Amino acid sequence: MRTEILRMMEKNSKIDIHELAIMLGTDETLIFQEIEKMENEGVICGYPTLINWDKTDLEKVTALIEVRVIPQRGQGFEKLAAHITNYPEVKALYLMSGGYDFAVFLEGKSLKEVSMFVTRKLSTLDSVAGTATHFILKKYKDHGMILIEKEEHNRMKVSL
Amino acid sequence: MRNPLSDKVIDIKPSGIRKFFDVVQEMPGAISLGVGEPDFDTPWHIREEGIYSLEKGRTFYTSNAGLMELRVAISDYMRSRYSLSYDPGSEIVVTVGGSEGIDLALRAMLNEGDEVILPEPCYVSYLPCIKLADGVPVRLPLKEENEFKLTAEELLSAITDKTKILILSYPNNPTGAVMSRSDLEPIVKIILEKDLFVISDEIYSELTYQMDHCSIASFPGMRERTIVVNGFSKSFAMTGWRLGYAAGPALIMEQMIKIHQFAIMAAPTTSQYAAVEALANGQEDVDMMRESYNQRRRYLLHRFKKMGLSCFEPRGAFYMFPCIKEFGLTSEEFATRFLQEEEVAVVPGTAFGDCGEGFLRISYAYSIDELKVALGRLERFVSRLRGQRPAGDLF
Repeated sequence: MRTEILRMMEKNSKIDIHELAIMLGTDETLIFQEIEKMENEGVICGYPTLINWDKTDLEKVTALIEVRVIPQRGQGFEKLAAHITNYPEVKALYLMSGGYDFAVFLEGKSLKEVSMFVTRKLSTLDSVAGTATHFILKKYKDHGMILIEKEEHNRMKVSL
Repeated sequence: MRNPLSDKVIDIKPSGIRKFFDVVQEMPGAISLGVGEPDFDTPWHIREEGIYSLEKGRTFYTSNAGLMELRVAISDYMRSRYSLSYDPGSEIVVTVGGSEGIDLALRAMLNEGDEVILPEPCYVSYLPCIKLADGVPVRLPLKEENEFKLTAEELLSAITDKTKILILSYPNNPTGAVMSRSDLEPIVKIILEKDLFVISDEIYSELTYQMDHCSIASFPGMRERTIVVNGFSKSFAMTGWRLGYAAGPALIMEQMIKIHQFAIMAAPTTSQYAAVEALANGQEDVDMMRESYNQRRRYLLHRFKKMGLSCFEPRGAFYMFPCIKEFGLTSEEFATRFLQEEEVAVVPGTAFGDCGEGFLRISYAYSIDELKVALGRLERFVSRLRGQRPAGDLF
């Protein structure tokens, strides 16, 4: 049941638990208990909202920063990772295979703000060997949701 | 000028439901629970394969019976999913939707005056196809108390010396009924005893809930006397691709392929390439869609129960067939008023045979949000009808 709940909630964290229980053919209380358990275990980490900021008046700049790291003896990447997660402007941080080590998703008010963060904070950290900053120009799909306008369906109203 | 028309075709009455449909089309604001097709887009990897086949310039006819690659895939699929075994070379034809398969089978098997037992309520094309093939339809009304399954007694009561074919359609459109292996057993016995043939329309075979589909052709002795019709429309959400298939013993298939060859030539090539991809890599999509339909099915059952609308629990397809006899309206009156007063389109049960009177077909091939709005309106309409009923005449 866990997987079913997660699958449904991943698509819609606002899902009505009463309806979810009906749809999964189970009891409402059981679902509440399971969700609570998963929250405590850190399986469910939060309920943020997916926003298409491009549609708002707010100016925002997002960048993907590739970070190459010299791992420290006895600590690997973990210490630096924990350090970077503390910056509130860092929205996501992944350890990568391939040409670089960390992928940092950064959000700032302007290009300048982002580049200041990279030059002053990120690249000056010990064990950061180099960075490459890519600004995100447009988001077409995010968290599995397509952000571009979709043509309306022209399914017939009635068919036998 | 001489009469340009065929008497046989003139005799076939246009569906009485036309008028109702015309009204629906003229109400652009109306929401609908009336469709007979999935609400999902065809999974992208399947669409992409269709696009790729066009890019590659695969725009020629395939062989009459269909791409060999596809027939082999269909054969493997039928074996692994339904324990059915057909030779891709001589026992499978790829058709333009499941409907063509029905038509081919009837035309290949019927002689003038042969009777075809048609359990109703059922899909609308069987009856005219039987008539066009010079057969005599014997309509057999099924009962809600049997969950719209065909019983041995009912079948026996319809058999005469002229009976040749039984049309079976489970999971059923419009009722959502399914027949399990044990439900089919007594039917099989009669078919073998009476030397009948079966056209089994299994287009909804992938959409069964909490039980697996059982094909009548998988019973001992039935393979030689059954034409199984299936397709990609419902299982893979591919209605617009117009692609189905029929499988049966070579003796009958040879004649069906002959008709197909002259009437159709071959099914659309692009669709066939897409279908190869569907069978190779589409099972996960089918499972996902089935689970989603099942969730909506449970939701509808719950809502019906809450509003006191009587409905047996359907185990297949994506339809509910609730009974509305308590309101004292005909199915068409109910549907028309519901459309006018609440702007929701449902299909009157009578569209699927006279015995559908007193029932509605409600499709759940809609998102939960759409269902929620439509059912809210149904609940309101139903309680309004009940409020209007004269005292003493309450259910």
